[in-house]
This record gives sequence, structure tokens and C-alpha cells, in this order.
Amino acid sequence: MIGIEHYLVVSSILFVMGVLGIFLNRKNVIIILMAIELILLAVNINLVAFSVFLGDLTGQIFAMFVLTVAAGEAAIGLAILVIYFRGRGTIAVDDVNRMKG
Amino acid sequence: MTSIHIIVFLPLLAALVAGLGQRFIGAVAAKTITTAGLFTASLLSWPIFIGFLNGSETAYVAPVMNWVQSGDLSFDWELRVDALTAVMLVVITTVSALVHLYSWGYMEEDPDQPRFFAYLSLFTFAMLMLVTANNLVQMFFGWEGVGLASYLLIGFWYKKPSANAAAIKAFVVNRVGDLGFMLGIFGVFWLFGTVSIPDILAAAPDKVGSSIGFLGFRVDTMSLLCILLFIGAMGKSAQLGLHTWLPDAMEGPTPVSALIHAATMVTAGVFMVCRLSPLFETSQFALDVVTIVGATTAIFAATVGLVQTDIKRVIAYSTCSQLGYMFFAAGTGAYGAAMFHLFTHAFFKALLFLGAGSVIHAMHHEQDMRYYGGLRKHIPLTFWAMMAGTLAITGVGIVGVGGFAGFYSKDAIIEAAFASHSTFHMYAFGIGVLAALLTSFYSWRLMFLTFFGTPRWAQSEHIQHAMHDHGDHDDHAHGHAHDTHIDGTAGYHPHESPLPMLIPLGVLTLGAVLAGFVFHGGFIDAETGKAFWANSTLFFNEHLMHAMHEVPLSVKLSSTVAMLTGLLVAYVMYQQSKDAPQRLATAFAPLYRFFLNKWYFDELYDAVFVRPAFWFGRLFWKQGDIGIIDRFGPNGSAAVVSFGSKLAVKMQSGYLYTYALVMLLGLVTAVSWMMVRT
Amino acid sequence: MTVAAFTFYAFALTTLTGGLFTVISRNPVHSVLWLILAFLSSAGLFVILGAEFIAMLLVIVYVGAVAVLFLFVVMMLDIDFAELRAGFVKNVPLGLLLAVVLAAELVLGIGAYQAGAVTLGTPEAGAATVSAAVPNIEAIGGLLYSKYVFMFETAGLILLVAMVGAIVLTHRKSHGTRGQSISSQVQRRPEDATRNVNQPVGQGIEL
Repeated sequence: MIGIEHYLVVSSILFVMGVLGIFLNRKNVIIILMAIELILLAVNINLVAFSVFLGDLTGQIFAMFVLTVAAGEAAIGLAILVIYFRGRGTIAVDDVNRMKG
Repeated sequence: MTSIHIIVFLPLLAALVAGLGQRFIGAVAAKTITTAGLFTASLLSWPIFIGFLNGSETAYVAPVMNWVQSGDLSFDWELRVDALTAVMLVVITTVSALVHLYSWGYMEEDPDQPRFFAYLSLFTFAMLMLVTANNLVQMFFGWEGVGLASYLLIGFWYKKPSANAAAIKAFVVNRVGDLGFMLGIFGVFWLFGTVSIPDILAAAPDKVGSSIGFLGFRVDTMSLLCILLFIGAMGKSAQLGLHTWLPDAMEGPTPVSALIHAATMVTAGVFMVCRLSPLFETSQFALDVVTIVGATTAIFAATVGLVQTDIKRVIAYSTCSQLGYMFFAAGTGAYGAAMFHLFTHAFFKALLFLGAGSVIHAMHHEQDMRYYGGLRKHIPLTFWAMMAGTLAITGVGIVGVGGFAGFYSKDAIIEAAFASHSTFHMYAFGIGVLAALLTSFYSWRLMFLTFFGTPRWAQSEHIQHAMHDHGDHDDHAHGHAHDTHIDGTAGYHPHESPLPMLIPLGVLTLGAVLAGFVFHGGFIDAETGKAFWANSTLFFNEHLMHAMHEVPLSVKLSSTVAMLTGLLVAYVMYQQSKDAPQRLATAFAPLYRFFLNKWYFDELYDAVFVRPAFWFGRLFWKQGDIGIIDRFGPNGSAAVVSFGSKLAVKMQSGYLYTYALVMLLGLVTAVSWMMVRT
Repeated sequence: MTVAAFTFYAFALTTLTGGLFTVISRNPVHSVLWLILAFLSSAGLFVILGAEFIAMLLVIVYVGAVAVLFLFVVMMLDIDFAELRAGFVKNVPLGLLLAVVLAAELVLGIGAYQAGAVTLGTPEAGAATVSAAVPNIEAIGGLLYSKYVFMFETAGLILLVAMVGAIVLTHRKSHGTRGQSISSQVQRRPEDATRNVNQPVGQGIEL
């Protein structure tokens, strides 16, 4: 029987993969953004699973909002990336410390 | 609203109008208002005084306003009018009015005249509050007020650093005395439960013989209180120990010296002792202290005055010495004589100061007597005024017949000292006679140096300035036909003072000549004096007054002999011989220097008080304020903040991955913590 | 194994595979495509769960908009692939460590649940329930426009801001084009534009 724990395991592993993705891709900002999408997807799975197994629709509503924000964030993130690329000619960000305190 | 209210508050009103409204009404209006106010007050004061003298007036208290009602402490603004007050009213208002008039002439080139007149009137108001006070707190108000006015007037020419320093010195030394006064007031309140003067004086005899704890010691109550109050008087009246401010106070304009440092403020101490005389009478020890301090001051100031070369300083030390006379008169029990000398001294000392001012004015602000000489032909009126003053102060007169003012009052003091039963009366008597000799000597020295002999004006810088301003104009017209070196005049022509300066000199001359003769009955005569002083708080010892008049003839003549001796020596040294002063000075060089440097009091105080005070101040500033408070306070906080932010800045490396790593670390930590908690 | 279980394991596997290859793929275009696979598989998971509205939303928004946007950008930027892989190996230890720690904790949590040490919370009273009778969309709609309407509006606002932001950030002013300044056109006043001249007959005018 598929219980909630199965979905939670899936969601956790997806989350960890997303985090790893951020770490392993220093030179490619697009991959970082995609990893962030993966993280958000994992969270969505988590929310919907709980919503169904607890019988509370609030989780699904919240998942919808997460989706909205993720879309907005992806848009802005990519816009910034485009400008960055315009200025630098590359998307490698590991050497950039212009916002140093 | 009675006349006493007008007398006291009209000067205040005039001062406020002239001082605050000088821009609106102009200088002439300001001067007129203040001078007119003072003359009005003076005209109202004389009838009160005459009324007390002929017995038609009695003492009363005129209320003004409620002041403090706080638990046991309760006192109001009141104006007490009694015989003692009446004497002071006359002295203060008359001398102040004359000084106001004098200043029309003396200060006519000064750009700040309204301020000057306003300060003079303000001073007069404060002094009047002091003498009409019916409780110690109001007296202290007046006390502080005159100290303030003295500071403002000494430092009137505030652009001169020496004037500022002198004003500060006067105020600070006064403050030391005021500390004693305040402790006295606190002690009085603590002991008697009231600060009202009549109540205190009535309750004083009950406390004789009681003791009080002070600084861990057990001391006699009344002695302690009287000595504390006397310390206040010492400060205000420049007695030995707290006298250092008086000579420096000559930095102020001469009318200020005449008003404040001759006639009124410095006599406040004497007035206070006489006002509280029943209190002092309960403690023989305190009276002995007063006697010794007064007598020692008298001789000290006289010795210093012998060798001074600045005309104003000679007169200042003379004032100091005469105040010493007044105090030891009070100390030996002759309060009436002390007040009488205060009364006459006001007139002739003010006359001497204003006359000196006239001389200074004529000699183009030169104050050094070494550059005077032969002035009596050029400024005769001033000369006769100064002559009258000198005759008064030296006490010229014939026993049993009459004489100038000082003859009556100073002789009264000396005779009373002889006749008194006080412990140190012979010390006081001896000092009195010796100081009379010295007084005569330096007073006549002043006259001889200034008015007689040949002119010695050529070396004076002030005269040379005057000649340059003048001579440049003359040279163009007349060419170089001046024989300036033969007669020592450098071609300068001193001129007599203008009328506003001469009228006060004339009035004061009358006072110096006649005041003793006319008023001695009321002050020191056994019967009429008793009737007069019965209307006041002054303790009138009629036995002493009787005994005073029965002393041996030798005693009565002693002061006249002293005066003649002094005159003779001065005449010989300064008129006959040419270089006797210099020979004497070189022969007794250390003693001469000792006197010239005012017995090295200023140097002593500098080493004992001033330098350590500055050292402490520096210590608290460098180590305390900067080293501790600033270090841990503002600078410390700023340093901690900047140190912390330097640490925090390291977290803002600018690298994206540092931020991502930190975020991940935070997440892992949070999750671990949650797991561990559950 | 029931059909439900089988479909679950299938979709789960494809999701995880897609996620893995997204992050370790060399070619960014491939990464995007693997991401799309991950999205589609999780949409399937949602359908199994019974939240079909969310599943469709995922397909339309995530795959249809976000992933396509990614593809656009990847295609647009001229990226040099070779240098991008250079720093890969350096960071593996720390990242791997952290990931293992995280995974361990998550598994621990789930294990505790299975052992009965933690229980699922209960929904609060008055919350909407998932009932089989009402279709998912209807239920969500009913809830969204009543209880959560403000958040709905705010979400719209967020999208508006994102859209405006994206345009503002990347907008380039083009040189050489002559545009119109509508505001100055509208603000024109007759007295600036025209001038009345009374000129005698036969004489010319200076413009």
C-alpha cells in the first residue's frame, strides 16, 4: 500500500538532489536556477501529499501559490542572468565578488 | 507702597529699562533714567535717616511678597527699616547717585555706557536688598547679587584679559567666603529652626554654652556659627586671607572702585556683623577672632600700601586697612563706632577714589604715581578735594574741639579698643595706632607724589601717546619749537575734569569735612547713640561708649600723634629729600620686596590652591573624562561597533557560493536541532 | 503489486531520474529536457494522489511556461560548455557530506513516523476536506475565491511585478529610432505652437 511515507521519501530525495545541484554547478547559473525549480517541485509534492492524506485542501492551495512564486522567480532570475551575460559575456559566477561588504 | 519700596525697587527698574532697552531708548536716556532713579532714591533715604536720628521714626518691616513655605522653613520677601538700615540706605544711595553722576563725565568716551549704568543700578538694588533683609536668605540673595554685580563691573572692559581674570578672581574668592556664610545659615536654621533675623537674635542667648558636632569635633555652637558667618564677611570685606581680590579689582573703571570697593560692597561684611551683633555677643571666642583678623588686616594692608606705585592700589589697600579697623572695632564691642567709621569712610574713601579718577582722567589714563608730580597748579579743584579726603582719612583734628570726619570715627575706634574688656583689645589698640601712623604716611605720600614737586610726566607712555596724538597736529602748524625735556612735562597740559565729575567731588568733600562733626552724636555718644541704636538690631554697649570718652588724654592724643608723625616722615622723604625713598628701599630691600609683593599671598595661594586645583582638573580631564568615560562610553561603543562590523563584513564575501553554503548550513543546523529536540 | 503501486513506482523513478540528470548533465539543453521529464512525472504523481488540478497546473505553467523559458534563455545565450565543467570535482566532498546529512535526517524522520513515534496532525475544524464527491477543481475554486481570495489577488500582483520586472531589467533603449513622446504631445499648448502675426499686405513673414 502506498502510504504518505513513500511520497515523502520521493520528495526528500528530490530536495537533496536539488541542493546538491546548487553545490556542484559553480560555473553554470542556469543549472542553479533549474536546481532551485527542483527544490520547489519537491516541496510541492510534499504539500500535496500531506493535503491528500490529511484531507485538508489548504495544502493544495498553498502548492498553487508556491507554483506562482516559482514562476515569477524563474522569470526574474533569468532576466538578471540575461543582463549579467550581456555585461560579462559569460555565465560563470564563481569569481564574482562585486557585492563584497 | 511706601517710600522704602520705591527706594529699593527704583534702581532695579532703572537697571532693567536701561540694560534691556538700551537699543530702543538710546544711551543718553538710559543714563538719565538710572541717574535720576538713584537721586530719587537718595532723596527719599535721607528723611528716613534723619527721622531715626531725631527719634521720630521707629523700626518696622514692610512686606513685599511671599517666598518660601516649606515645612519648618518659612521666610518671605520683606524690607526691614531700622536705624542700621537707615545708615546704610543713606550711604548706598548717596554714593551711588554721585557715582552715577560722576560716570557721565568719566565714561563719556566709552561705547558701552548704558550697560555700565545698568550694572551700577543693578548693584545698588542688590546692595539695598542686602541691607533691608529681615531674614538671612534674603541677605544672602543681596550678598550674591552684589558679588555678581562686582564681577560684571570689574570685568566691564571684557576685552582686556587682565580685567576678566580680576573679575573671576573676585568672584571665586568671594565664593570661598560665601561657603562659610552658607554653612552659617544652615547651622542657624538647624539650631534655631528659623532664618528670620529678629527671631534668631531673640533666641540666641539661650544657646550660649551648648555644643555642636562639626567635622567630628565637639565645638561651642555659637562660636562656630559666628565664625562661619564671619568667614562670609571676610570674603566680602577683603579681610586677611580672602583679601587677594581687592587690589586686582582695580581693573574696573574708577567709579566702580569708588562705589563698590570703597563705600558699599566691601562694607557689607561689617554691616552683617553689626546686624547680627547680639549673636556675636554670645561668643567671646568669635569676637576675639574678629578682632584679631580685623587688626591684622589693618596692619597688613597698611604695610603693603606703603610701597605701591599705582594710585588706585594705594587707595585700595587703604580701604582694606580701614575695613580692618571697622572689624576690630566690632570685635572689641564698639559696634556703633564701627558703623560710624563705615559711614564716614564711605564718604572720604569715595572722595579719594573719585579724586584719583579725576587725576587719572587729567593725566590721560596714567595711573603710576612715579609719573605724576606738581599737579596742584593744573587741577586745583581735584587737588583740594583730595586734600579734604586725605585730611579726613588721616584723622586730622584737635582733641576736644573738632576735626574732619576720620578724626571722629577713627579716634572713636582707637579709644574704644583701649577701653574695651575684650581679650585682645590691647593688641587691637596698638595695631590701631601703628596703622594710623602708616595710613597717614602713605596718604600724604600719595599727595606729595601726585600734587607736589616737579612734574615727572615725560617718561609716561600714556602722556607720550597723548603728545603724539596732539603733537602731530601741532607740529604742522608751529614747527619744532618745543622744549619738552627741561620741565618734565613733555609739553602736556592736564586739564580739570568736566562738571559731572566735579559736582560729586564737591558733595563728597562736604561729607568728608562735616560728616563726623554733624553725626557723631547719633552714632557713638552714650545717650543719643543708645536712643538711636535702640531702633535697630545693633548691640549698643553704653558702658563701653561711656568708658571710651573717659580714656586718658594720652590715648586720645595717640592717634593725632601718629598722624603727625606720619605726615612729617612723608614730608621729609618726599618733599625735602630727593632720593630718601630709594635709599630706604635699597637698605631694607627684602622687607621692601616683601611689602611690594603683598606679603607673597598671591604666590602662596597660587602654589597651595591654584596649581593643585588645575592639576586635579587636568587629572580628571585626561584620566577621568578622556581615559575612562570617553574610552568606555562613546569612543568605546564606536570602537566595539566598528570592530564587530569588521568581523561581520567577512561574511559578505560577495561570492554566491559562500551565501549558498551558509544557507545550506543554516538549514542543516535547523533540521538537526528540530530532530534533536523531538 | 497493484496497478496503483506500480504506477507510483514508475512515476517516482522517472521523477528522480529526471532530477538527477538535470544536475549532472553536461549540456544545458539536455538539463532542461530532463527537467521537463521530472515535471511531467510529478504531474503524474499528483494525478495518482487525486489532485488533478495541481497536476494540470504543473504541466501548463511549469512545463509550458517556465521550462520553455529556460530553453529560450539557454538557446539564446552563447555559452561555452567546456570551461563550465572545470570546477566540478573540487566541491564534491563538502556538498556530498551535507547532502548525506540532510538525506539521513529526512529518512530518520520518516522512519520515526513508520515506527509510530510521530503521528500525523489532524486538520483543524472548519478546514476544507478532500471529498471524493466534489471534483478537485471545484473544491479548490470554492476555497480559493472565498477564504483565500486576498492571497489569490496577491499572487496576481506578484506575477504582475515579475512581468514588469523582467521587462524593465532587460529593456534596451534602441538608438537611432525616432519615437514619440506622448506626454509632450499632450502637454503642448497653443501659445507655444502658434504665433499670431499681423503682417501688412505684400510683405513676407519670418518663421
